[in-house]
Amino acid sequence: MSSLADQLLVLCLLINFAVLGTSRLAFSVRAVALQGVLLGVLPALVHPFSWHLALIVVSIMAVKGAVIPALIINAIKRAEIQREFVPFIGYIPSLVLGALLTSLAFIFAAKLPLAPEHAGLLVVPASLATLMSGFLVLMGRRKAISQVIGYLLMENGIFIFGLLLADAMPVMVEAGALLDLLVGVFVMGIVINHISREFSTLDTSRLSALREE
Amino acid sequence: MLTWYLVLLPLVGAQISWVIPDNRKRPFVLPVFALVHLALTVALVIQTPPPSPGGWIYLDPLGKLVLLCNSILFAVCAFYAVGYLGYRHRRPNRILCLALLVCLSAMTLVTISQHLGLLWIALEATTLAMAPLVYFNRNARSIEATWKYLLICSVGIAIALLGIFFLAYSTIVANQEVSLVMSSLIADAANLHAGWRHAAFIFLLVGFGTKMGLAPLHTWKPDAYGEAPGLVGALLAGGLVNCALLALLRVYQIAAASTEALLFQQVLLAMGLVSMAFAAVFMARQSDFKRMLAYSSVEHVGIIAVALGIGKGALFGALLHMMNNALTKGVLFLSSGNIHRAYNSKSTQYVRGALTRTPWSGALFLAAFLAITGSPPFAPFVSEFMIVSSAFGQGNHVTGGLFLFFLALIFIGMASTVLPLVMGKIPEDIERTPYRDAVPTVLPPLVLMAVVLVLGLWIPAPLQAIITEAAGLLGGGR
Repeated sequence: MSSLADQLLVLCLLINFAVLGTSRLAFSVRAVALQGVLLGVLPALVHPFSWHLALIVVSIMAVKGAVIPALIINAIKRAEIQREFVPFIGYIPSLVLGALLTSLAFIFAAKLPLAPEHAGLLVVPASLATLMSGFLVLMGRRKAISQVIGYLLMENGIFIFGLLLADAMPVMVEAGALLDLLVGVFVMGIVINHISREFSTLDTSRLSALREE
Repeated sequence: MLTWYLVLLPLVGAQISWVIPDNRKRPFVLPVFALVHLALTVALVIQTPPPSPGGWIYLDPLGKLVLLCNSILFAVCAFYAVGYLGYRHRRPNRILCLALLVCLSAMTLVTISQHLGLLWIALEATTLAMAPLVYFNRNARSIEATWKYLLICSVGIAIALLGIFFLAYSTIVANQEVSLVMSSLIADAANLHAGWRHAAFIFLLVGFGTKMGLAPLHTWKPDAYGEAPGLVGALLAGGLVNCALLALLRVYQIAAASTEALLFQQVLLAMGLVSMAFAAVFMARQSDFKRMLAYSSVEHVGIIAVALGIGKGALFGALLHMMNNALTKGVLFLSSGNIHRAYNSKSTQYVRGALTRTPWSGALFLAAFLAITGSPPFAPFVSEFMIVSSAFGQGNHVTGGLFLFFLALIFIGMASTVLPLVMGKIPEDIERTPYRDAVPTVLPPLVLMAVVLVLGLWIPAPLQAIITEAAGLLGGGR
């Protein structure tokens, strides 16, 4: 069972690189959504069946795989942009940095011991690597939508770690965290619409009126 | 049970404000619910119900302080909002009223939750509820501020969630019953796995530090505070900062009970001093008086962090300062909002002679400036004095010296902006807006200023007892 879980985690790591290396926004959104769905499957593989677990799995898949991507794709359509044009950090450097951060995540994770029942799982390095890739996308891109994608990638990274705690976290807390994420993306979507109306671009480097002289 | 009403009540108010169709009548919902909330809060502080089964919900002395402070501040802002929205009655305020009340509910939940997961959810909810408030003015500058605020705070708080997960996992590794309830975390703090606990503290400090605006994680603050309306600024600087600080204090409680207290304190001390240094540099020659207030907020979270870093006797001062700072910031932001209305500008180039044009607001702004920079007889003087004397008392002369040096620099920097603004000569080419100082927009900050003055002269015995108890909670096993 856990080898399948590890394979899924490797797939998640590959998705990080797909997002780091592409300029097409819709593709990134779908890749992150796929990652979210994979993360939804994971708890079912690691933990024994329970209704609590089933509820979490279904809601994660619905929110991360369907609702959030729909919200962002909608924003992309309304803003009429398809690509990230000139990012602060180019795609090749992003990939190299991503690889570097992923290996750092493995080194860091080696210092943190896992409980016996989780030994051998790739959860910690995968979580940290996804978090850092998300951070890289967030910092390195100009378009507001890319930054939201980076934020979602970070959230996915944190959710990977949450796997280890699935039977420790009460349903209410899980549901609350998911709801916060959903509302957060919803609010960001609204702000993005207002940015594109106000500036007729989604380039956040144009958001520079508020600088310290 | 009563504690839950405190969270649900503002949500009911939010729904009512959503239903009311009239722009002029809607704001009156705010003071009604704020007063009921305040009354309930006082009742709960006096007669605290026992912890809920499982220990998730409990109003402990730390929570009491923040709740009391938030409730008072919100009540003042609610009365102010009626006057303020009266001046801006053409602008739709449905979302503003709704978001304000939702935010009050979330802030209340932060103060009563003893479960770190629940605390995190409530804190993230406050961030989201504030976003539409920052965007109230609906122009290019405010959308920029909203975007920065939303993204940076969301990322920060996400990092804090990972920290909370790490903490939970450290209990699993140590082979204990996994739990995120404060009482059991504190009891087991010394036995948690050191590596995980260490990583958890770092992530939590960065996460909550971002939301609090500790330098160098404060970059969203000047923009959000500068572009938000005065009353939203007051709630950001007084309410939200204290909520994030409370989250940090929860971490501090665990750190104090573990073997890692010293390291945690040193990091806080360093971040606090860096915050004060940043504020001192950027406060000087600041041409936008609302941004100046944001840097003052950075300074004061820095002061509190320094006090937490010093520990022991300074803890009482830290908690008192948390309260004093929030109340004084309330006066500053509300009166600066009035001055902004009267000049239709927040650039110090145009805004001069506020004492002539808006005598009450100008005087309040001046008095609050004196208070926040630590002049007697106002309350922040008392708390800052406690912190400094504790630093020197513990032989920490470098910290005490730097602390005083930065305070002096900040006083000079802030005075060079505030004094011309209040006392200078009104530029001739700046036209007069219809705003006049009137009871609804002057009385609320005036009441708050009176509270700041009274607290500086005399701390009521019950409050003293709560702060002492709360400082005891932070003392941990020492």
